[in-house]
Amino acid sequence: MIETKQLQFAYSSGKPMQFPDLSVAQGEVLLLSGSSGSGKSTWLALMAALVKSQSGSVRVAGQDLSVLRGRSADAWRARHIGFLPQKLHLSPALSASHNLELAYWAAGLPVDTARMAQVLTALGVANLAHRLPAQLSGGQAQRVALARALLMQPSVILADEPTASLDDVTAQDAVQLLVRCAQEQNTTLVIATHDSRVAPILHGTGVATPVRMQLGQSLGGQLK
Amino acid sequence: MNTLAYAWRYLWARPLAALLNVLLLSLGLASITFLLLVSQHVERAFDRDLAGIDLVVGAKGSPMQLILSGVLHLDVPPGNVPLAAVEALRKNPLVAEVIPISLGDNFQGYRIVGTTTAYIAHYQAKISQGRLWDAPMQVVLGATVARTLALQVGHTFVGSHGLGAGGHSHGDKVYTVVGTLAPTGSVIDRLIVTDSASVWQVHEAVKPHDDGDADEAHDATDTDHTHHSAQPEIPREVTMALLRYRSPLAAMSLPRWVNTTTEMQAASPALEVTRLLHMLGLGTDVLRAFAGLLLFTAGLSVFIALWNAVRERRADLALLRMLGAPASRIAMLLLSEALWLGFLSSLIGLALGQVFVLVLAWVLGLDNTLLSAGMLWPASLAVVPVLAVVVAVGAALLPAWDAYRSDVLQLLQSRG
Repeated sequence: MIETKQLQFAYSSGKPMQFPDLSVAQGEVLLLSGSSGSGKSTWLALMAALVKSQSGSVRVAGQDLSVLRGRSADAWRARHIGFLPQKLHLSPALSASHNLELAYWAAGLPVDTARMAQVLTALGVANLAHRLPAQLSGGQAQRVALARALLMQPSVILADEPTASLDDVTAQDAVQLLVRCAQEQNTTLVIATHDSRVAPILHGTGVATPVRMQLGQSLGGQLK
Repeated sequence: MNTLAYAWRYLWARPLAALLNVLLLSLGLASITFLLLVSQHVERAFDRDLAGIDLVVGAKGSPMQLILSGVLHLDVPPGNVPLAAVEALRKNPLVAEVIPISLGDNFQGYRIVGTTTAYIAHYQAKISQGRLWDAPMQVVLGATVARTLALQVGHTFVGSHGLGAGGHSHGDKVYTVVGTLAPTGSVIDRLIVTDSASVWQVHEAVKPHDDGDADEAHDATDTDHTHHSAQPEIPREVTMALLRYRSPLAAMSLPRWVNTTTEMQAASPALEVTRLLHMLGLGTDVLRAFAGLLLFTAGLSVFIALWNAVRERRADLALLRMLGAPASRIAMLLLSEALWLGFLSSLIGLALGQVFVLVLAWVLGLDNTLLSAGMLWPASLAVVPVLAVVVAVGAALLPAWDAYRSDVLQLLQSRG
């Protein structure tokens, strides 16, 4: 599902980052860890076809990302990548359901209300669909954001620091929910985090052996 | 929801900023609307009241004063001219029609105009009640006068000295209303029209102490207030005469002939109005520059608001990119917000502009004179929404470009 080889990326003013080769199968969980500045965000951007590597190859959901450009990259991302950002970025002007509709607008696709209802129900927030984000608790807002990520039945979910600033119990719930949803949809789940609590939680969810990639300050990486 | 619907939601997510921007833009557009409407009203008033009048002949003085006083009834006339001289013009082969005008008195601010029934026919006014006069001291009321003063056929009143309210009353000379006119939308609506002889009758009977009121146009019809009705040989006078040419060729020679061979002056309405519009135009230019400045300020405000909105929503917009939105769709979202601002401001600006004109007409008492009583929607107003869109979208271009180029990596790298 995700396959990278000799992946290298450099900002215009910086030395190149080298990422370890990686192969993650469909439905597997990848725990991408590393401290701040270690290149986790850049790696996520590479997987989402937001930036292009200077060298090496990336194949995600069977697609060679090096051939995607502009609108075709946008369309591919809309269809195959579900994204759960650290800050949820739910539009405060829109209700929970309208925030989900916004994903369809962004993708340029007609709204599928049945699918929206299905996802919101699965995540237990269907009764909150008409609430504005300000009227949701932190956990409820995260479920709505996760619903948005799952809406298009993506091939890969990229979760960026999903447990940051959550207490232990809520962090455990969040990771368990992520894993459950990914498993139900047979979706590859990437959790980028520097939170040491995530690995034990993952272990507790029954994910036997998550693929782990540790990115270090050396801007390189190590696959465990 | 489509892009416009999302833009609407985003716009009103910051209601105070949106309201201030709409207000500021609306004020600039209202100023432009106001200027366009006033020019349109004035031109329309001139077209309406001067139609069919080729030349105005009156006492020597300012030709513009002659036009303003005798045709538009906005000024005092420069003096009187002998009736005989005016009548002589009827015999001129270049002249098709002569309508004498005698001014001097008013009733509650509405001018009493001594003339012939040709004056009523000239403005194509129809009797709505009663009939035309058939003897002196009978009057026909313009529609505005009848409505405002609540006068009806059979009512009587006494005129006051001068052309504005406040003059002393001609107590012993009573006018009788014999008819009212249907609204025409022209100057005749606010006039009290009577036979020229009525005006002569009132002023020939004026006692000598009336002479002290020479400041206004009271003297329009009496050359000598010491005269009495017992002196019928005293030559009659009128204030002016409205002329219609028999042929356009008359314009070449008749005005010059009047100016050089008679004691009268001839004023061409077309010429004087052009001069007046030019003078008004200078003032309009200043107002237009001011309105332009307002619009520029509004544009700047919209720019700052949208720029800040992009800055504040940078991460949200980047998330939309992450969800698969092409950069152009994000830019279109911001431009749509600007379009909403422009659209709302256009509506409010146009409405405010109309209100400003109505208020001006009411405050200055210019309704149905230079400013029409009703609202005008000239085609030139189409420039208002165009300006609104240009200013709003122009102000949004840079923020939209900034959003277009937003770096999604910044979102991913923002760790709170």
